[in-house]
Amino acid sequence: MYMIPVLFGVTVLVFIISHAIPGDPAKMIAGPKASRQAVENIRKAHGLDKPLPVQYVRFVSGLMKGDLGTSIRNHRPVTHDLNDFFPATLELTLASIAICLGVGIPLGIISAVKRNRLPDHFTRVFSVFGVSMPVFWLGLMLLLLFYRNLGWLPGSGRLDIDFSPPVHATGLYLIDTLLEGRPDKFFNAASHIILPAFCLSYVYLAIVTRIVRSSMIEVMGQDFITTARANGIAEAIIVLKHAFKNSLIPTVTITGLSFGELLGGAILTETIFGWPGMGKYVVDSVNYLDFPAIMGFTLTVSLVYVSINLFVDVLYAFLNPRIKY
Amino acid sequence: MKFSFKNHPKWRELQLTGRLLRQNPTAMAGLIILLVMGAMALSAGWLAPYDPIRLSLGERLQPPGAAHWFGTDEMGRDILSRVMYGARISLRIGFIVVFISGGLGSVIGAVAGYYGGRVDNIIMRVMDVILSFPSLVLAMALAAAMGPSLNNAIFAVAFVMIPKFARLVRGEALAVKEMPFIAAARVSGARNRWIIGHHILPNCLNSVIVLGTLTLGDTILIAASLSFIGLGAQPPTPEWGAMISVGRKFLMDQWWYATFPGLFILTTVIGFNILGDALRDILDPRIRR
Repeated sequence: MYMIPVLFGVTVLVFIISHAIPGDPAKMIAGPKASRQAVENIRKAHGLDKPLPVQYVRFVSGLMKGDLGTSIRNHRPVTHDLNDFFPATLELTLASIAICLGVGIPLGIISAVKRNRLPDHFTRVFSVFGVSMPVFWLGLMLLLLFYRNLGWLPGSGRLDIDFSPPVHATGLYLIDTLLEGRPDKFFNAASHIILPAFCLSYVYLAIVTRIVRSSMIEVMGQDFITTARANGIAEAIIVLKHAFKNSLIPTVTITGLSFGELLGGAILTETIFGWPGMGKYVVDSVNYLDFPAIMGFTLTVSLVYVSINLFVDVLYAFLNPRIKY
Repeated sequence: MKFSFKNHPKWRELQLTGRLLRQNPTAMAGLIILLVMGAMALSAGWLAPYDPIRLSLGERLQPPGAAHWFGTDEMGRDILSRVMYGARISLRIGFIVVFISGGLGSVIGAVAGYYGGRVDNIIMRVMDVILSFPSLVLAMALAAAMGPSLNNAIFAVAFVMIPKFARLVRGEALAVKEMPFIAAARVSGARNRWIIGHHILPNCLNSVIVLGTLTLGDTILIAASLSFIGLGAQPPTPEWGAMISVGRKFLMDQWWYATFPGLFILTTVIGFNILGDALRDILDPRIRR
């Protein structure tokens, strides 16, 4: 239930940023070269001459109807734009999560089991680099190496230009191409997603690895592990079944938190790799100071973020039956 | 024992921290990285071989060589010199942001934790709202609303970082306020404001220093990201993120342009992160002895 005040607060904050901070929102919408009359017309049309509380009520009732305003750049409703760009971002984010968990969990486990030995040191260096990496720079370096110098992977977009986009079913190319029965297209889409997904995941990969490592080390020190060892259970089963299961809760928490941050990181990654998602859309909007678009993106991302955290809370109850709500 | 400065508990604690720091190789590595960066930032005026802003169109886009170790950019400016001045900007952004957000956040957190009840509830819900945006996204929206400039970017990042400190200090304040010396201060007539200033906040200082060090790294990353998407430092300011933003257009043929500024961001942030991690271990009273 704590969701409701937070969601209310989120809309208030976005409202303040979009209506109260800029010197004159009407001027912002009209653009720098608009005449005074044009600015006045926009002020009337958007209700910006009303008191702020009235504007807020209008803003929220618009939100309820899915109205995020109209983009200054292309005069389309922002909701439509975000709708079009969302699947690409979702696909990229899901691929990154898959890498985070698929690589981060094994690395964390190895690091914990071989604590203070060579693999552990290696993993720790790897994760210090991860949390300190400027994502946009990593993207450029990956492009330089794998696209320009080695020529192994494509540099931008979701598909080569000789392929037409797959028929829209889910919006995720990796799934749509398979539904279409076109393995060649699938592999092409897969080769396009590798670099951006790795780039986006690296920071969170480092975080997941750290969390898995530390919670595994904590669990491995507990009495029931000693008991299991004394009972002669194979070490592999102890590590994977007993210890790992009990270290899942912190891992799930951090994955949930990362998912939201990944949506933020997507801003930079999509820009670097020309990935046609919401992140690239918002950076293009920043360049035009397209305010409704920026605010629509901000609001959408935070709603997704809050919902995921709620989902994670619910997931706890499944992972640990002792937690009840 | 006669009173002397050497026996003062604060001084002895500082000495202990220094000794533990010297015994910790990663902490020393972080410290050395930061000292080098700091020295470079302070002495850029004398050490930098060229003027970071002045154009020299005859030397456009030269690869790294004897005259220009890191090459030159599209205006013929020396990238090494620009990167050195860039250290000045990035470190300054980092310290200003951490100073503002650490100061405000600590006070907000201490007030929430100390008074508790409704005050605590309201303050922490507001902090929750700020935390329900990914930090880069909120900083971007704020910076865009205020208009693209370095000062606005600094304000935006500082705003986003406040809840981190508030949460931390609130947690500590909840524990500290139950201690007997707070009750003692209260019966001897200390007012709430005095207790917060003289007892609560000083007792949270260690954790704030650790978080501040780690936040310095994050701040430099976010500020550089904002400059990269055009919302922070504006050209021709030699800011690292802004340099990479321009260098990106030359990536395929002039690799050095975007590479070196990024390498410096990475190194600086690594410095703050490993120093912060080590400080966390060193300043934790449960581990130290």
